[in-house]
Amino acid sequence: MTKNAFSVKKYLRDLKLPFCPGCGIFTIMNSFLRAVHELGYENLSKFAFCSGIGCSSWIPSPYFKADSIHTLHGRSIPVATGIKLLRPDLNVVVFGGDGDIVGIGLSHFIHAARRNLDILVIMVNNMVYGMTGGQVAPTTPLGAKTTTTPYGTFEYPIDAPKLAAAAGACYSARWTTAHPNELRESIKKAIKMKGFRFIEVVSHCPTAFGRRAGFRNAGEMIKWFKEKAIPIEQTEEMGWKELTEKIVIGEYIQTRKPTLTEIIHKKIEEARKKFES
Amino acid sequence: MNTLKPETYFWQGSEACAEGAIAAGCRFFAGYPITPASEIAEHMAKRLPQVGGIAIQMEDELASIGAVIGASWTGAKAMTATSGPGFSLMQESIGYAFMTETPCVVVDVQRLGPSTGQATKCGQGDVMQSRWGTHGDCTAIVLSPNSVQEMFTLTIKAFNLAEKYRTPVILLADEVVAHMREQATVPLIKSIEIINRRKPKAGEKAFFGLEEIPPMPAVGEGFNVAVTGSTHNEYGIRFTADPVVHRKLVERLNHKIENHTDEIADVEAYNVDNCQVGIVSFGCTSRAVPEAVEKAEEKGIKAGYIRLRTVWPFPEKIVRKMAESAEKIIVPEMNLKQIFYEVERAANGLAKVAPLNKIGGGELITPEELLAKILEEQK
Repeated sequence: MTKNAFSVKKYLRDLKLPFCPGCGIFTIMNSFLRAVHELGYENLSKFAFCSGIGCSSWIPSPYFKADSIHTLHGRSIPVATGIKLLRPDLNVVVFGGDGDIVGIGLSHFIHAARRNLDILVIMVNNMVYGMTGGQVAPTTPLGAKTTTTPYGTFEYPIDAPKLAAAAGACYSARWTTAHPNELRESIKKAIKMKGFRFIEVVSHCPTAFGRRAGFRNAGEMIKWFKEKAIPIEQTEEMGWKELTEKIVIGEYIQTRKPTLTEIIHKKIEEARKKFES
Repeated sequence: MNTLKPETYFWQGSEACAEGAIAAGCRFFAGYPITPASEIAEHMAKRLPQVGGIAIQMEDELASIGAVIGASWTGAKAMTATSGPGFSLMQESIGYAFMTETPCVVVDVQRLGPSTGQATKCGQGDVMQSRWGTHGDCTAIVLSPNSVQEMFTLTIKAFNLAEKYRTPVILLADEVVAHMREQATVPLIKSIEIINRRKPKAGEKAFFGLEEIPPMPAVGEGFNVAVTGSTHNEYGIRFTADPVVHRKLVERLNHKIENHTDEIADVEAYNVDNCQVGIVSFGCTSRAVPEAVEKAEEKGIKAGYIRLRTVWPFPEKIVRKMAESAEKIIVPEMNLKQIFYEVERAANGLAKVAPLNKIGGGELITPEELLAKILEEQK
């Protein structure tokens, strides 16, 4: 293996991965590690990972050969806040599911975007609470059957990237596991940017979502993503009804403004100097 | 740099707590406003930046303690301060800090519950919550200050114990000690004993076992530390079904505190082994005790007292010692019998244990009421 060849082994501990066969997480893990590799990181020593509870929170913990904090359900962003404020030099990346990030942890998500906390949040949206067996989530498409909505859901799903953009994020995007190249490039871009960065990846979960929603395997789900995906540029004229039928992909916002860590450390420096003089 | 001069200050309890934290090396505070703990956040917000630290107001108590845990894993000493309702919200994370061996200090300025209760009034109803508030088998270290001076010294002690035992420590204050103003003497900052967590040596890998209190790395130091609140082995690797790994971990986490009860248990004791009537108290309530004891002695009653500076682990041995000499032990508390049963358990039938409880409106138990109770129990 040459130094520059990509191998997941460079970044992973020698452990058996726990994910179900056909899980979308493999694609996302691969896209992330390839992005890291293509950016020239030979290891993950410049990163710190935080995650909550749920299948996708197991992406970094403990499988990444890196510092990883596997927190409580919904609390990865607060823990990441403490880390980033004191270690602004580290790339702090949060992995979490839709339940973790925009269900139980929604308030932290909005406030971190509002503060422009300098972290990257990658949300794996499998449209369901997968680890607990397939209950309805804030992201479940209207009408879909889950174990707690046996007659179909009666709620609209949350639009997380739009919410992040509205709340003050510097970068916000959505892709699906049927778009691994776009996802990888998006991760690369996000890692290089500053401020609150958010990427939602709609991910196939044949075990807890697909089989109840009428898909026979992972392949059928990926095909479904391809059919449903529509670039954000083409959605301007669309009403709620059409949009409910689609998965909007693309970048919602790209901007640069002073981050929480930049502002806070400047303030501290000023206060300290004033106090000491 | 902390330039606090060795002097006697006229401080509010909250201010003394903030200064104690800074003197102990605390450089991160995250909190959410709540009566009667907000003053601690305000003092930290003003003072921490002056010494190069960070204070941030989070969106709620869940986020506050989360940020404190994250900060602790960067190697910083970190604290949050709250009161009953916020303390309830923090319980899940207190269990997480216990399970992941994350040193941090949580100040609970007790107010009158349950629920919103009487938010501005004093109570002592969180005694059992501070011990058993989170789910699962946890052993808590809980300290109880009874003066502005102790809001300073016990906050330092809370940090020292947190760092030494790698565990969350609760400073169980109350509205009275946090809001009152009195003198507090600060020694030369350099002369204060400060304990810092033990760091691993290069190449070490076991941060969650092998030793009673394992060394703790920080993120970004190249140790590739894997932290999880799930059951984990010595190397931080998750084992969610293995009975042996769970037993080994959780027993060690509890034993590392229980086995050092004598070292942690701290009381102020008077006439413990030579009294007819003993009093066991803590926090603001204990301020009425010396006067009541003095008056009882004037009436020819041999009285003694134990004041719990450490509430948990419960200083059982000294209470047992008191029960061996005293016929009666009175337990005054501003709750409906919480530490009472613990005293009764420790006394083990050797002395009759009598409760004296008062709740509502923040009314304190007065020396007169306590004296009356002593006289009543002496009949």
